[in-house]
Amino acid sequence: MMTNVIKAKNLSVGYGTNVLLKNADFEVKSGDIFIIMGGSGCGKSTLLKVLTGLVEPLDGSFDLLGADFLQINESERQELCRKTGILYQGGALFSSMTLAENIAMPLTQYSSYSQKTIDELVGLKLALVGLRGYENYYPSEISGGMKKRAGLARALALDPQIVYFDEPSAGLDPVSSARLDELMLEINENLKTTLVVVTHELQSIFAIGTNSIYLDASTKTITAKGNPKELLTNPPNERVAEFLTRGKK
Amino acid sequence: MEMLSYKLTQNTLDIVLSGNYVLQNLPDSLPEMFLQNKISEIHIDGAFLKTWDSSLLVALTYFKEIAKKQNLHITFANLPTGVQKLLELSEASAPHLRHSIAPRADFLTRFGDFGVDIFRRIIKGTRFTFDNLKTFFCSFFKTMSTRRVDFLFALDTCGPSALPIVLLISFMVGLILAFVGAVQLQTFGAQVYVASLVTIGMTRIMGAIMVGIIMAGRTGASFAATIGTMQVNEEIDALRTMGIPVNQFLVLPRLKALVLTMPILTMLADFAGIFGGAFVAVLALDIPLSEFIRYAVNAWKLKHFFVGIFHALVFGFIIALSGCYFGIECSRSADSVGKSTTNAVVYGIVWMIVATGLITLVLQRLGI
Repeated sequence: MMTNVIKAKNLSVGYGTNVLLKNADFEVKSGDIFIIMGGSGCGKSTLLKVLTGLVEPLDGSFDLLGADFLQINESERQELCRKTGILYQGGALFSSMTLAENIAMPLTQYSSYSQKTIDELVGLKLALVGLRGYENYYPSEISGGMKKRAGLARALALDPQIVYFDEPSAGLDPVSSARLDELMLEINENLKTTLVVVTHELQSIFAIGTNSIYLDASTKTITAKGNPKELLTNPPNERVAEFLTRGKK
Repeated sequence: MEMLSYKLTQNTLDIVLSGNYVLQNLPDSLPEMFLQNKISEIHIDGAFLKTWDSSLLVALTYFKEIAKKQNLHITFANLPTGVQKLLELSEASAPHLRHSIAPRADFLTRFGDFGVDIFRRIIKGTRFTFDNLKTFFCSFFKTMSTRRVDFLFALDTCGPSALPIVLLISFMVGLILAFVGAVQLQTFGAQVYVASLVTIGMTRIMGAIMVGIIMAGRTGASFAATIGTMQVNEEIDALRTMGIPVNQFLVLPRLKALVLTMPILTMLADFAGIFGGAFVAVLALDIPLSEFIRYAVNAWKLKHFFVGIFHALVFGFIIALSGCYFGIECSRSADSVGKSTTNAVVYGIVWMIVATGLITLVLQRLGI
């Protein structure tokens, strides 16, 4: 039986008095490629920030890998964070470091590996995302798509159980976007990593998503849950149908 | 040629649009006409219109608004393809924004919010300062998530790279101090004491203050800009989600580097300032160099030197913390890095002056 790696209960997110999403209940099962979708301004990225501990929720709670994330102390949170990885929109690579140094950073911080082992691991992670040979390049010397791949390699450095993706297709051409989708599928299949993807790219949603939630900006709630393809064939409401068909209904 | 012509038939105002309606200002004589003639309907005809731009839409929207206000019926005919559609679009607003614009709060509420905001900022800044001071002192006893290369890079930025400008400015300050002092001292025939003035002035306070101001403008700004850019690029979020403490990884190497280099730079600035004073004394006041050195050595006291070094240490903490704080607090907009940099320099200098005042007061009470 698949276990829940994330379980949100009555989660409300936003900034100050500006509530973006209220009373959200959802579960992410181990091994899922879980899509958080919705139109612009519905709170997708803010929800991701809450799940990664960058922003405190306005209300509610959520369990991450079995622990109540909001009740545990700072060191326990950091420990949990090490079991998760995140790929930001722009890759968020440290510009003063080479790709190898970027990927080695979490390894040197949190493992007792020798330098030789770390070098090997860095090579392996870069190979995994198709960037072997780019170890000594700086982020400014590679393309946007390569930055995302390198960011993904860094997110995978500590073999996390969950990897979050914030708009992975943003700013990529269709081919690079499709390749990134393939890469995500491979990682999910081969490493058994749970992927939580915030996106509104329909092609990606249908290509990779196994489960999803739809955030509605007008009601500020989750108005649909389930496999994106099933939601397309049997939409629970008009807004979801409109979103999944690019407004054609 | 008139682009708008008006014709009144019974209770209807016919407006005919013609020619090239491009870059036209709003018509301004209409409201008066409506009031005088008590019309009930406006009919706008665009049959003779050739070319048009957004000013046509502005004019049509204007007529629509007037009609709505005066409770008149308005109809359009023969408008070019797209104009009607654009008019409808210009009236629509984002669905979920319709009710979200909050009314402007009254003065008292805004004043209260301002006070609460200031209080929050003070709490945040104080917490940041204490957390980082704790990290700084703990770093001597336990391993921190700091890369040696980052520390060395910061050390280079704060030390050797800053040295030429520090020496130049300090030399000039010593020179100015000697000139200004000499003017007064000459009236008593005591110009030789310019050596004492420059020596005490530079070692006790001026050296540290000048280095502090230069480093706030140079290094503090650089810290804020670098960390602010990292914030914009989500690099700081990445650090946090990797569980790496930002204080240790970003602030500590910079804080250590500046606290280490500030006293050294101040010592060198003191020498440069005294050299500047000697330059004036020898060349402009005809004081022999040996005499200047004798008076300078007599005036030099260890307590003045340590007061200056203590100031430099405190300034080092202030500049580094100010630069890093405003860098981390930087938001994600295009101009936020510039604002953070400005704030880092301004607050750094303000707090340096406040600290100088407090230290001077305490030292004066202690008789040092």
